Amino acid sequence: MDKLVIAGREFDSRLMVGTGKFASNQAMVDAMVHSDSEIVTVALRRVDIDNPEDSLLSHIDRDRYLLLPNTSGARDAEEAIRLARLARAAGCEPWVKLEVTPDPYYLLPDPIETLKAAEVLVKEGFIVLPYMPADPVLAKHLEEAGTATVMPLGAPIGTNRGIRTRDLISIIIEQANVPVVVDAGLGAPSHAAEAMEMGADAVLVNTALADTPDPAAMGRAFKKGVEAGREAYLAGLGPQRDKAEASSPLTGFLRD
Amino acid sequence: MMTFQQQLDKYPQAQIREQVLSATPQQIDQALRRPRLSMEDFACLLSPQISDVQLELIASRAHSITKQRFGRTILLYAPLYLSNECHNGCKYCGFSADNHLYRKTLSLAEIEREAKLLRAEGFRHMLLLTGEAPEAAGIEYLESAVHTVKTHCGSVSLEVFPMETDGYKRMVAAGVDGLTLYQETYDPELYRELHPYGPKSDYSYRLQAPERAGEAGLRRIGVGSLLGLGDCLTDVFYSGLHALYLARRFWRTQVTISFPRMRPAEGGFQPNSIVTDRQLTQFICALRLLIPDAGLILSTRESSELRDNLLPLGITQMSAGSCTSPGGYGDDDNDGEQFAINDHRTPAEMAEILQARGYDPVWKDWDSAFLNKAC
Amino acid sequence: MQLNINGQLRDFAEPMTISQLLQQLELAPERVVIEHNNEILTAEAHNKQLQDGDSLELIQFVGGG
Repeated sequence: MDKLVIAGREFDSRLMVGTGKFASNQAMVDAMVHSDSEIVTVALRRVDIDNPEDSLLSHIDRDRYLLLPNTSGARDAEEAIRLARLARAAGCEPWVKLEVTPDPYYLLPDPIETLKAAEVLVKEGFIVLPYMPADPVLAKHLEEAGTATVMPLGAPIGTNRGIRTRDLISIIIEQANVPVVVDAGLGAPSHAAEAMEMGADAVLVNTALADTPDPAAMGRAFKKGVEAGREAYLAGLGPQRDKAEASSPLTGFLRD
Repeated sequence: MMTFQQQLDKYPQAQIREQVLSATPQQIDQALRRPRLSMEDFACLLSPQISDVQLELIASRAHSITKQRFGRTILLYAPLYLSNECHNGCKYCGFSADNHLYRKTLSLAEIEREAKLLRAEGFRHMLLLTGEAPEAAGIEYLESAVHTVKTHCGSVSLEVFPMETDGYKRMVAAGVDGLTLYQETYDPELYRELHPYGPKSDYSYRLQAPERAGEAGLRRIGVGSLLGLGDCLTDVFYSGLHALYLARRFWRTQVTISFPRMRPAEGGFQPNSIVTDRQLTQFICALRLLIPDAGLILSTRESSELRDNLLPLGITQMSAGSCTSPGGYGDDDNDGEQFAINDHRTPAEMAEILQARGYDPVWKDWDSAFLNKAC
Repeated sequence: MQLNINGQLRDFAEPMTISQLLQQLELAPERVVIEHNNEILTAEAHNKQLQDGDSLELIQFVGGG
């Protein structure tokens, strides 16, 4: 498949994987390995000093995967910026999946705070991949702020409802100068394939991989979905419902 | 974001030409089915090998996209030539300094007279044109001209010499909404040959001007190449690339594209290539598929018959009843014109024909009074 | 010496450095990021002496999408 390029870096895989909500670290690793993903997201949380857990990072091969820390939990720009700085201090590359979700019910991204945080983080040298509502104008603003991608949501996070924002994502894809990564809501490989058929550059999947008895098989299934969608997009989907509506041909005058 | 020059460098002319000429029927079919064209698809759709069936298909897609994005409307505008004084030696242009023609720069009173005449015809969109002679018609002159015209119309566009960003900012401040600036040809070699002297001989300065205009915040920017100067296949390809680049980078600005074919002009320049009606039709449709929201402009250079036939295929703006000499609307003689027009119908006739064909002639679609900084 | 660690007040008998604190909490230094009085610390700053009343945030990576 053709390569995905984000901020000048090449990736063979167009499937990014989240590491949340897995039944076990082994299940998470199975999903990562079988999906052939190269970018995995992680979150930052306080250590429970009474019960320190086993470190997540010891399960992730840092040579194989680009660690993409997210700013989940941030309710405003300031908190997101702080989390991004912490991630960088932890020795991560300066890549960050920017998430600002003040609404605790649907975890919908806050467009205003996300844009504010993006502006600051880009200036600080971060490679910013912002999770965002599927709003084409916001996408242009984020791009102007210097983000490396835009990541519109297909449906509220964790809902497995597929691409409910299809028309808006289509516009974002049409207008974008940076890669478009469809994030959130992709519950089945067919959803991932649909995003790729539409011309998205990549997708990010987490819940669908974590919430299955067989994450390895689901990882493989999503990998195939993404590849199928990308190939179909490159091959050219068709045919459109395009009947000449004029009763006489539109170009008949050329042959008169 | 990369500059347009950098973008252009990724598409070498020889390679693009080869891509256009070697497009297979399958590739053309495939390009026709894409929801959005890649530049490679666009190249295929410019192929001279396109069949009649494929041409009909591309026309029907262009028709439906245009209807969807613009409705059945055509914006009518009028060129208003302010000056034909020029220091450039463009070999194909009637205004070339090489040509002995009656040179004239309109006074503000004359400009007002012309604007009033155009307004009486119905026009609210006016396109002001000059040659390149800053001492006769420079930035300050244009500012005054815009102020004069502005009281008689809703929207003023310019087709004048390229400026620095600051110059464009002054134009925006004066109340200019749109800019048209054709590269003429994107082939630097040929460009040098055709523009042997004068400020216009600087290919890069002209190429970068639309970006400067975008930075200055112009609401509409138009590009295009003069078909017939050189290899029209690559020139149309690059016009599309240029417009797409501008649309993506300056997303608050609407891009427009023109595809003027060479017309007889003072000096008797012979076109290097002939663009047939079929090709022109194909180009218009391909550009519509490449940029669904681009304004596509057809001037009175084309015959009335062809203009009527091209109407449903993607055109969104037309001029009518045009004079291409300064003062031409008020004066009886048309001395000193830039080129000879080919559709002599009056604006009222044009409007009637549009209506008869189910199109709404739009005289005014914009008023700068709605701007924060009302001019 | 009293420290505020991740929002909890903890008393410690001995004065100590950050490294020593991590040791006592059985936390490997490479897996935590530390904010000391709202300032993010680099790994080199772990030999910093803690003062009574200091506040610390100990952060680690967890699963997330």
